[in-house]
Amino acid sequence: MTRGERQKLFLGLAFISPWIVGFLMFTLYPVVASMFYSFCDYDVLTRPVWIGTLNYSDMFTDSVFWKSLYNTLFFAVIALPLGLITSLLVAVLLNQPVKGRSLFRAIFFLPSLIPVVATSMIWLWILNGNFGLLNHGLKCLGINHPPQWLADPSWTKPSLILMSVWGVGNSIVIYLAALQDVPRSLYESADLDGATAWKKLRYITLPMISPVIYFNLIMGIIGSLQVFAQAYIMLGGGGPNRSALFYAVYLYQNAFEYRQMGYACAMAWVLFLVILFLTWVATKSTRRLIYYAGE
Amino acid sequence: MRYVKKILIYFLLLAGSAMFLLPLLWMVSTGLKPIEQTMSMPPTWLPYRLYVEKDGAETEITRAEAAEYPGAEVIRRVSPRWGNFGKAIKAMKFFPLYLKNTLFLCFLTVIGTVFSSALAAYGFSRIEWKGRNKIFLVALATMMIPFPVVMVPLYCMFRWLGWIGTLRPLWVGSFFAGAFNVFLLRQFFITIPKDLSEAARIDGCSEFRIFWQIIMPLSRPALMVVGLFQFMFTWNDFLGPLIYLTDQKDFTLALGLQFFQSQQGGTEWHYLMAASTIVAIPIIVLFFFTQRSFIEGISMTGLKG
Repeated sequence: MTRGERQKLFLGLAFISPWIVGFLMFTLYPVVASMFYSFCDYDVLTRPVWIGTLNYSDMFTDSVFWKSLYNTLFFAVIALPLGLITSLLVAVLLNQPVKGRSLFRAIFFLPSLIPVVATSMIWLWILNGNFGLLNHGLKCLGINHPPQWLADPSWTKPSLILMSVWGVGNSIVIYLAALQDVPRSLYESADLDGATAWKKLRYITLPMISPVIYFNLIMGIIGSLQVFAQAYIMLGGGGPNRSALFYAVYLYQNAFEYRQMGYACAMAWVLFLVILFLTWVATKSTRRLIYYAGE
Repeated sequence: MRYVKKILIYFLLLAGSAMFLLPLLWMVSTGLKPIEQTMSMPPTWLPYRLYVEKDGAETEITRAEAAEYPGAEVIRRVSPRWGNFGKAIKAMKFFPLYLKNTLFLCFLTVIGTVFSSALAAYGFSRIEWKGRNKIFLVALATMMIPFPVVMVPLYCMFRWLGWIGTLRPLWVGSFFAGAFNVFLLRQFFITIPKDLSEAARIDGCSEFRIFWQIIMPLSRPALMVVGLFQFMFTWNDFLGPLIYLTDQKDFTLALGLQFFQSQQGGTEWHYLMAASTIVAIPIIVLFFFTQRSFIEGISMTGLKG
C-alpha cells in the first residue's frame, strides 16, 4: 500500500466511522447477543441461563405460536396481493392523461402518511359495530346484519386487511414513477400495429415495470410479516379468541409482558428465516417474469 | 368510445379518491361533534345545533327536546364544536409534554440522521479506498435484519446503561448513520461529477471542507428527503416509545394518544377523533409544503432500490 492509498483508507474510514460505531453497537452486537439469548432462559432481571435448543423445540408445541403464525400468513397472503393490485390499478389510472393528476395522487398518498396510531383510532371508530360509518354504509346497501368487525373473531383479520389497503399510497407513488418512465415510443408503435388497451398493458406496461412490482412485492413480504402497531393498538392482546394475534404482537408479549426474552429472541430468528425463505421463493418464482432494461 | 373511456377513468378516480379521503373527513367531522351526535343513527356529516323560534327569539334545544315543541319549526344550523380540540388536549393531561418530547426527538433525530448519514455516504462514494465496496455490501446486508431480531438485546443494552424510562434510546441511534439513509445519499453523491472534488483537492482543500462546502450544498434535495423521512418516522413511531418509555410525562404524541384511548376505553369518540386530528395535521401540512421532495424521495427508493 502506498502512502496515498493508506491516507485514503484512513480518510474513508474516518468518514464512515459513525456507521462503523453504529454497526458494531446497534447491529452486530445485538445480532450476536440475540442469537445467544435464543438458546437461553432469560428474564432480564437475572443472568441468562443456557438451555440449548429448548426455546426452539417449545415453539413446536406452543399452540399460540402456531396461531400467531397462521394469523400473520393469512393476513399477508390476502393483504399483499390485494394491495399490490389495488395500487397498480390506481397508478395505471393516474398515468392516463387526466386533469388534476397531482391532486389525485396527493389524495391517494395522504392516508399512508397518517401516523399509525391515528390511523388505528380512525378505523376503530369506522369499524365500530353500532355507530361505525362502515356498517351504516352497509345498512344503506341493504345488508341488515353487518358484521361486528373487531368484536367477531372471523372478521378481525378482514378488518385489518381492509385497513391495510387504505395505506397503499407508497406503492402507488412508486408504480406511478415507474409507469412514467416507460418510453412513449413503445405505445406508439403498438398503436400502429393496432394493439388493444389490454394487450398494451399485458405486453408493454407490465413487463416494463416488472422490477418495480418485484420491489413492492419484496417490501410487502417484509412489512406484512412484521405488522405490529395496528394490531396491538386496535386489538390489544390479539382480539377475540386471539384471532388477530399477529406474530410480532406475540413476540412483543413474550419479551415485555411475560419476560421470556430468550423465547422472544428465538421467535425473532424464526421470523427472520421465514422472511428469508419467502423472499427467496418470491425471487425464484418471479425471476423469469422480470425484465431488466439494462440486460 | 373515447368519451366513454374518459368518463370511466374519471369516475373510477373520483370514486377511489372519495374512498381514500372518507376516513380522514370522518375523523375531522367526528372531532367537531358533541358526543350525542357521534352516536346518532343515521350519522350526519356536519355537526349541528337545533333551535326553535319562541317569542320572536331563537332558543337552542337538544334533539330530545324537539318533541316538546309540537308544531314549532325546528331550525338546524351547521355548527362545528371547535372547543373539542381544547377539551381533548386537556383530557390528555400531559399533552404539552407529549408535544415537547416529540418535537425534541424529531429535532435531534433529523439532525443526527442527516449529518451522520451524509458523512458515511461521503466515505462510501467520494473517496476511493481499499475494501470500500465490500464494507458497503455489509451495510446493505444489515437492512435485511428485521427489527425484532435486535429488539431484545437493544432493550437489555439500554437497560444496562440505565436509559430505560428516558428519551435517550430513541435518539442516540440516529447519530450513527442507518444503512438505508446512507444508501439513499450515496446514490445521490455518486451523480456529482468527480472533477469538482479533484479541482478542490488540487487547490489544497481538506476532505472535510469538500464535503461540507461543496457536496453538502449540492445535495440539498437528497438531504431534504432523508430529513423528511426521519421526521415522519420519529413523529409516527409507536413501537420504540412503547418499549423504552415508562413515565407518562416522557411519552410522545403517538404513545400519548394510544394511552389516552386505552384509558378512556373508547367511549368519547369526539375527543379521540379531535386528538387524532391534532396528531395527524402537522404531517398533512408538512406533506403539502414539501410534496415534491416526498414524491421524489419515494420514487427514488423504489426505482433505485
